[in-house]
Amino acid sequence: MKKPLFKLDEQVYEGVHGELTESILNVKCIRLKPNNMLLTREEKSVITSEKIEDLAVKLLKLAVTELPPDVKNALKRAYEEETSEAGKTQLQAILENVEYAEKTRTPMCQDTGTIIFYIKAGVNAKGLDLFEEALRKATQRATREVPLRPNAVNPFTQKNSGDNTGRFIPFIHWKLVPGETIELTVFPKGGGSENVCTLGMLVPGEGVKGLKRFIVDAVVKAGSKPCPPNIIGVGVGGGADISMKLAKEALLRPLDQPNPDPEIAKLEKEIYEALNTIGIGPMGLGGKITVLGVNIEYAHRHPASYPAAVAFQCWAARRATARINPDGSVEFLTHKPI
Amino acid sequence: MAVYKLKTPISEEEIRKLQVNDVIYISGTVVTARDQAHRRALEYFKEGKPLPVNLEGLAVYHCGPAVKREDDKWVIVSAGPTTSTRMEIFEDEFIEKFKVRVIIGKGGMGPKTTEAMKKYGAVYAAFTGGAGALAAKSIKRLISLEWEDLGIPEALWILEVEDFGPLVIAIDSHGNNIFESVMKQVEANKQKVYEKLGI
Ligand code: SF4
Repeated sequence: MKKPLFKLDEQVYEGVHGELTESILNVKCIRLKPNNMLLTREEKSVITSEKIEDLAVKLLKLAVTELPPDVKNALKRAYEEETSEAGKTQLQAILENVEYAEKTRTPMCQDTGTIIFYIKAGVNAKGLDLFEEALRKATQRATREVPLRPNAVNPFTQKNSGDNTGRFIPFIHWKLVPGETIELTVFPKGGGSENVCTLGMLVPGEGVKGLKRFIVDAVVKAGSKPCPPNIIGVGVGGGADISMKLAKEALLRPLDQPNPDPEIAKLEKEIYEALNTIGIGPMGLGGKITVLGVNIEYAHRHPASYPAAVAFQCWAARRATARINPDGSVEFLTHKPI
Repeated sequence: MAVYKLKTPISEEEIRKLQVNDVIYISGTVVTARDQAHRRALEYFKEGKPLPVNLEGLAVYHCGPAVKREDDKWVIVSAGPTTSTRMEIFEDEFIEKFKVRVIIGKGGMGPKTTEAMKKYGAVYAAFTGGAGALAAKSIKRLISLEWEDLGIPEALWILEVEDFGPLVIAIDSHGNNIFESVMKQVEANKQKVYEKLGI
């Protein structure tokens, strides 16, 4: 016998006891069709913690074992264009390594990085409160299953947590956007390239000239340390924190997408070409290809300051992104799902 | 540029043949050692205690592998090189005392190591930074794990490898150091790059 079970938005829902218990428990996640009917079992778009966790584990595994297509292509092109023999051996080894890692689903580099997530969250998306906890669990699980190298150390006791989590780690960058979809990106960041990131409060009077010199000097100073060829992320303006944040975000932009502003795109290309005549070469053994790309992002600056940040990304440019649609379905944007 | 396949133990004579930019592939025994292992090995030497492995003619690899435990065996998942400059303070003495013939790492080493390599007959071979999967592929077997108390990355992983490489000779036993000459050239190129960018 069907009888009224609960009331929501002035609508009384009927059913047999037991049948709807699951929905009632998940009442936070129930979505109503426009005509206020309960969704059928298949249509129920419940974004659960488990779903997020599974997705994040998959993204982590994809990221550390398979480079996104734009990076793979850039490395292949680099191999073609490299003129020094030592440089060519390095690029060939990188390509072989990348292929083998993908085939065997093992991490391409033993330093699987600090685990960083970027979330573009639609303000009307459901389940946002579940992410923090689910991503932490996913990081722990991926550390065991993929496996990832435990890389989270307490800076005061020097103790390694053993599972890649700790205070503020994995770190999550949130960005609110209109809509109902959620875009989740994992960005495991290796230590070698992170160690040469640099921030400068430049002289405003020198303008773009000063910026160019700052970038060139940073690359020369880094030398072989960040496992070149590198992607150079440049962030300008805003303030000290904002410029570095922009520089890091610039590293997430695919190499085949220049800055949408044609003037900035021109500058990116100019610096990219100039850096590939500096001679550091793959792994610092000398050669043509020192960088795979230069991506610049900017914010307006204070009249008295010219903050500039240079973020380095090694050739192991690991990132993976998926979109969670309002109906709960998932689309992988950078990789084929595994 | 010549390509050589070497088998451990490697003799001084074989090492003296190698020139910078040559490529080698090593088969035999490679032992991982980072800062802590270098320090302890030298302490042992001072105290007259034997090392768990005789390093003469072998290759030492600056590497802290990513490993996993399967049943009760260690599996080396990824084993790329770590930055070698951290070992610069130990390496000259290390080469002198233990007669290792090949030091494998990334990023190069300094003048003290270059000098010791010339004097005692050793080379520095660069393995592609980050190419951890490729390195793991050439590891055939874990011979033994020693000094585990130093922690997984710092312990001595004694490995049997087959055709481990490509390793580019970046410091030979004749005093040549690619990293040094490249960086000198880079400093010179910098001016031209400035000009190109209108700085
Ligand atoms: S810099 Fe990148 S490629 Fe090199 S060891 Fe670190 S994570 Fe790996």
